Amino acid sequence: MSDVAIAPRAQFFEDADRITHDTEHRRRIQTAMGKYYVSRYSRQALFRNWQEARQTAAETKWAALKELDKHLEAFERNATARGTQVHWTSTGEQARQVIVDIIRRHNARRIVKSKVMTSEEIHLNQLLEQLGYDVIESDLGEYIQQLKGEPPYHFVFPCMHLSREEISDLFENHLGTAQTHDPEELTMIARRVLRQKYIDADIGITGANFVVADTGMISITENEGNARLTAALPRVMITLVGIEKVLPKFSDLALFLPMLATAGTGQPLTGYNTMYAGPKQPGESDGPIEWHVIFLDNNRTALLADPQQRDALHCIRCGACLNVCPIFKNVGGLSYGTTYQGPIGSVITPHFRGLQDWKHLSGASSLCGACTETCPVKIDLHHHLLHNRRNAIDEKRGFLEGMLWRGFTFLINRPKLFSLSIKLGRLFQPLHALVKGTIFDPAAAWTKSRELPEVAHESFRDYWKRRQSK
Amino acid sequence: MKISLFVPCYIDAIYPKVAISMVRILEKLGHTIEFPEELTCCGQPPFNSGYWDDARRSARPVLERLKDAEVVVIGSGSCGAMMKVFYPELFAGHPEEASAKALSAKTWEFTDFLVTKLGVTDLGATFPHKVTFHDGCHGLRELKTKKQPRELLAKVRGLELVEMKEAETCCGFGGTFATKYASVSTAMGEVKCASAAETNADFIVSADSSCLMHVQGLLDRQRRPIRTIHIAEVLASE
Ligand code: SF4
Repeated sequence: MSDVAIAPRAQFFEDADRITHDTEHRRRIQTAMGKYYVSRYSRQALFRNWQEARQTAAETKWAALKELDKHLEAFERNATARGTQVHWTSTGEQARQVIVDIIRRHNARRIVKSKVMTSEEIHLNQLLEQLGYDVIESDLGEYIQQLKGEPPYHFVFPCMHLSREEISDLFENHLGTAQTHDPEELTMIARRVLRQKYIDADIGITGANFVVADTGMISITENEGNARLTAALPRVMITLVGIEKVLPKFSDLALFLPMLATAGTGQPLTGYNTMYAGPKQPGESDGPIEWHVIFLDNNRTALLADPQQRDALHCIRCGACLNVCPIFKNVGGLSYGTTYQGPIGSVITPHFRGLQDWKHLSGASSLCGACTETCPVKIDLHHHLLHNRRNAIDEKRGFLEGMLWRGFTFLINRPKLFSLSIKLGRLFQPLHALVKGTIFDPAAAWTKSRELPEVAHESFRDYWKRRQSK
Repeated sequence: MKISLFVPCYIDAIYPKVAISMVRILEKLGHTIEFPEELTCCGQPPFNSGYWDDARRSARPVLERLKDAEVVVIGSGSCGAMMKVFYPELFAGHPEEASAKALSAKTWEFTDFLVTKLGVTDLGATFPHKVTFHDGCHGLRELKTKKQPRELLAKVRGLELVEMKEAETCCGFGGTFATKYASVSTAMGEVKCASAAETNADFIVSADSSCLMHVQGLLDRQRRPIRTIHIAEVLASE
């Protein structure tokens, strides 16, 4: 796809190589995740039966997606009955257009956003800034990333890779505030700036954690209260959400809210859980005068049509799979170059943005399965990485690698030849010392950081033969 | 019982002691060992790389040769998972589907075989060392062998098991991943080595020599004193 400047694969390798060598990054992420594990697993233990809860959640999402059309229509019916305007968009382009039209119609200048991952997906900020609008992220982490000019590092903890010192420097440079390393004070600085932004904003843009079909509500989960202000203060509210976020019933939230909080941040419930049911109603004193809910497809229906991987649409974006992923922890969120990082990002990005361009992320996994084990809605994440690899090869077989596997298969299907190759390996191994560490080292990818094991003086096969002939 | 021993290529060539120890243990328990010499590899490398045609080509001789086996035991969670969990998927919709399922049903990872199938935990071994256990991911998550190796180690005379921090975190080997994404694999391995070293154990024990090959390679490069050893070798120590 042409929306990327450098080939995503080359970019990934370059960034991953840099970050994996950054031991300070490693230490910081390990520490943060260590804390997450403690609170998450102690919260999880409070569920009477976490595994059953996962099963129920997975089944609920499965059923919701099976009748996605019905649930979305039900939402539309129920939401429009209270004056909400619902828009359907197939592509990022269409969604951007709908948003720009709304902004223009209201002669809006200033836009405040709470966390809207889908807007990252359609590169909304870039467009609005290009058009000269004042766009501000109000989630603290996202605000910091915006000041830094970087996309979110982690879709739940957007700036977890930064130290307090770095944040303080950022504030000093951009806001002219005095240095402080106190997290409280840092938060207060951002809050002061943001409060005024809410008041001045003409339009608020939010995302949604869940779309509740039977009541026509959206549910937003947050810890800072910024989404509430984004929704309540500006005249017009826009909610941009992927079509897969639907839950059939309001009562489903009874499971999904604590589950999201537990898996996401290790909280019993997130600080604020708000259900939005429409714009300001007659007789009400506050709220936006217009509320637009924009549903985004952006290749989600294509994923829905994939019988093997459609469960990837169950995702409630809790971020748990990132938190347990040893790849994520070592390459960091920015190396992915995607809106959604970590295992879920590696699974869905090829579907959203092209398999051949993004298959390297599915390769970037030891297939350890920690993600699948932790996922609250039981997405078969690591097997999907394997499936993406297979699909990529079925679609386009690599020439050199294809030859290599042909050769490999040829060899292992000929036990005598295989034995001979082990013997040759044993014979030639001493010579390896001559090229080790040079550009002629055939095992350079291994020996750059590791010693090679030694071929045994007698293979098991030979041992067995010797034993049998006794 | 007549046990067919499947010996993965790296055990055959680099760690024959692992297979020799398994033979010793199983024979001591009164079983007969058969070694299908024609088999060299389960086909996991091309499978994990996405080349499923080649993986099937590698796996067909395995299906054919082990068709009549009573039980198949493998000293590796990784190759064990390949045959037990992934063969049925690999051959789904192919003529060999039924035989893949049949093989899956009678295939066992070594520690699981001892504890679950044979019901033995005490093998009379002595290994007077402090050790820490590394869970290979395939064994742990595909085959659910968390307890089995620990139950076996608990019965070894003189052995002290100290769990390392995040024992369940991947060591970063991952087969071809280790060379295709060498820097990521290395970083993961370094984290693993550091948490193993923190325990002050003499040995990192695992049920997977492939993980250990990577971990030992890193330990050697970093000149850390801790050694790696396959659980079969520990259980065969007297
Ligand atoms: S895939 Fe699962 S674990 Fe990962 S973010 Fe989505 S719901 Fe959470």
